Amino acid sequence: VCVWGQAEPLNSNGQNSLLEEEEEEEEEGEDLFTGSLSVPLVLSLSRSLSLSLSLSLSLFPSVSLSLSLSLSLSLKATEEVSLDSPERDVLLSDGPSPVTPPASLISPHLPHNHLYTHCSFDEMEEEDTPDLFDISILVSDPEKTSMSLFKSPQATVRRRFSDFLGLHGKLATRYLHVGYLVPPAPEKSIVGMTKVKVGKDDSSSNEFVEKRRAALERYLMRTAKHPVLLKDPDLLTFLECSELPRALSTQALSGAGILRMVNKAADAVNKMTIKMTESDTWFEEKQQKFENLDIQLRKLHCSLDSLVCHRKELSVNTALFAKSAAMLGNSEDHTALSRALSQLAEVEEKVEQLHQDQAGADFYLLAELLADYIRLIGSVKGVFDQRVRLWQRLQDSLLLLQKKRDAEAKLHANKPEKLQQARDDIRELEGKVQQGERDFEQISKTIRKELFRFEKERVTDFKEVIIKYLESLVQTQQQLIKYWEAFLPEAKAIS
Amino acid sequence: MMEEEEAEESPPLSPSVIEGTEEVTPPLSVSPSTIRVTEAAQDGELLTFIIVSQKLSGTGEYHVDRTYEDFDWLQQHLFSLEDVPGIQGIIFPPLPARAQQNAPVKLVRQLGLLATGETWTPYCRALGAYLQQVAGHSLLSRTQHLETFLTSPEPPGRQKVKKGLFNRLSQAVEGIRKGRPHQGTEDVDDFFRTEREHNLSLTGLSRAAAERFLEVVQTEQKIAVACGHFAASLQLCVEAGDDPGQETFSKMCVKISEIMESMKKNVQKVAENDVTTLGLGLDLECRYQEAEKEMLFRRTCKLVELETASRNAERAKPLKKAAMDGDQKAAEKDFEQVSVVAKQEVARVQRARVAVLRQALVRWCELQILTATSSAEQWNQQLLAFRGPARGPGPSS
Repeated sequence: VCVWGQAEPLNSNGQNSLLEEEEEEEEEGEDLFTGSLSVPLVLSLSRSLSLSLSLSLSLFPSVSLSLSLSLSLSLKATEEVSLDSPERDVLLSDGPSPVTPPASLISPHLPHNHLYTHCSFDEMEEEDTPDLFDISILVSDPEKTSMSLFKSPQATVRRRFSDFLGLHGKLATRYLHVGYLVPPAPEKSIVGMTKVKVGKDDSSSNEFVEKRRAALERYLMRTAKHPVLLKDPDLLTFLECSELPRALSTQALSGAGILRMVNKAADAVNKMTIKMTESDTWFEEKQQKFENLDIQLRKLHCSLDSLVCHRKELSVNTALFAKSAAMLGNSEDHTALSRALSQLAEVEEKVEQLHQDQAGADFYLLAELLADYIRLIGSVKGVFDQRVRLWQRLQDSLLLLQKKRDAEAKLHANKPEKLQQARDDIRELEGKVQQGERDFEQISKTIRKELFRFEKERVTDFKEVIIKYLESLVQTQQQLIKYWEAFLPEAKAIS
Repeated sequence: MMEEEEAEESPPLSPSVIEGTEEVTPPLSVSPSTIRVTEAAQDGELLTFIIVSQKLSGTGEYHVDRTYEDFDWLQQHLFSLEDVPGIQGIIFPPLPARAQQNAPVKLVRQLGLLATGETWTPYCRALGAYLQQVAGHSLLSRTQHLETFLTSPEPPGRQKVKKGLFNRLSQAVEGIRKGRPHQGTEDVDDFFRTEREHNLSLTGLSRAAAERFLEVVQTEQKIAVACGHFAASLQLCVEAGDDPGQETFSKMCVKISEIMESMKKNVQKVAENDVTTLGLGLDLECRYQEAEKEMLFRRTCKLVELETASRNAERAKPLKKAAMDGDQKAAEKDFEQVSVVAKQEVARVQRARVAVLRQALVRWCELQILTATSSAEQWNQQLLAFRGPARGPGPSS
């Protein structure tokens, strides 16, 4: 599957038609920003559960699950928590908490409406964030025209950002439970989107749009590469249908969003109390490896950030130098020297652009690769956690079964009328235990397969990036050579 | 490894380049173009420079060690030369500011581009250029002080500078500075009027250009550090490969680390090229403009002296008239001499700075091309090796 994309912020026509929605948005927006941001929510490095827990609690001074939407706290939600497993948030948006999943989740053929009715807060749902730019993504699938999944070899569709989030929500709900590594979707960003909505036509909002477009492209590619996910009807619909029902409950600060956060806190508590006796050392080793990798990648990402920053600085400084060279050239009496200095200024301006491009390569190739993998590791941790939960459930069922059996033994002696009931219960529980064991085995198997695929794909990804990066380096140098070779005669002409 | 067929150091600025094509017959026993400051040795706070020059007779070399105090001694003596008519009109070769280890921020800023290198090389080059300019100057090179400086085994300036040293130049200027302001003094000569304006604008612009260039170099150095950092961190990702998946991934990490290392070397080389060619050129240009500015100021002071003397002569009572007239005549003659020398000097420096900038730009350009070519080649090789012989989809080992 090849994916090309180009994002354009809506032109003035497009923006006009959405102004009404924008105004609705703006009202909320004002609420958001006039309140005081009392809690900084950048959970960047620490994944300690206690931290996330206390943070959530401080946001909700009265932790009540009756969540009315009259919360007047300004919440800067989980926006800029960029590398901290956002997939968990989105997972919970479209369905019930995984702590008690419906048994039918294993089959991938869940009807749509099932996903929306469980969340009772949906009635109070606000209008979804209308992200004001469309992305045209061309999905061309020449090699797979024979594949019956796709209706046609090529399709062009327009999708909103929230559509992507909606897709991810569905996929996550369906597949994460059973151990598939669902690639995480790019995060929402209030800061970034506000700039774009306000209509600022400066480089930072353009950069934001481009960054998001590239992230969505990578997300989609990664998802489509997954052999199981590719067959998912929702993904196919997403890629091919011209009209898509609007995804609800993806907004960060809606009732569903708040529910998400509370559930995450609840999860955190649960996880802290689960202590699994691991029978399979493979899982233990892998988990440790991924923990280490996570730490390393985060450090690297930091380092790389500073490199990108300096490269951009170099571009700016080169431009400044170009200007002063030009001024020097203008004031110079000596004709040939004056001309050479002016030429120098022009060359330096071109070099400035090269530095800018190189900074782009640094970022889009290397930095985003690292960021993607940090988020992916979040997914990996998610499936590991899921396995632990299944194990816990199994243990709970086993315990209950034992209790019921003990109780039955007693009943046998005292109250024969209740015996039948007890026996029925036990049979049901035995079924449950069996199912639980099957589930656990299945998820363990799936995880093994998924990790194997992950590691292969990782190698491919990194290799691809290395090649592209080397190409960018070579190209930059070759351009430099061209510029300087053109300048040299000018310099020599000074007499 | 970056292999470059580069000369060990860029060719020195020959006096014929700097000073024009004067026929120079100084009593100097060394050949001006061979004067080099080859190294700087550090002993605690003390910085000693080794100066090498070839004997004119072709029979050998002089090796002497000097400190900054010695350079200063030389410069002060040049300022106070006797028997040089119109000395005020000379644009003195500008001595770079004092350099020292752990210098206060103000001094470092003064040194600017000369202080950016990892080594003392740029600074040594600047000192060497200074000596060559002095040695190549038709009027200044005749002093015995220069000969002593370059050839005597004993350092000349180590004894304390005598308080009584008569620095005519600074004294004269000081006296007048305390008097009336001179910026507004109209010049009698069109040539100098335009020259003063021109110099004023060039002084500012060249300084600005040098400062911008310095910032470019400093950012390049920051990038080098960041690359090194990243490369080192990557090495930590490499784990002992027990399973093949892990092993291949580790290889990728090592690869990226190598690329980062080579990027670091490339940027370091670029920064070095920048400093040793265009950096030095811009720095010298700044100092030339400053030196010319000082000369023009001195000349203006002479003009003011002349105007004062003329006014006194006009108003003088008959008794003093003759004396005043004499004074006025002397001032006139002095001013004329200074102006004549000044004009020559302006032309000399103009030739010199154009030559310096030309060489700086040409050499800079050539080095850029060399570095870029070698880097492109290296990365291209890495790319071809990494891609593997066939354009297959699977990862190559």
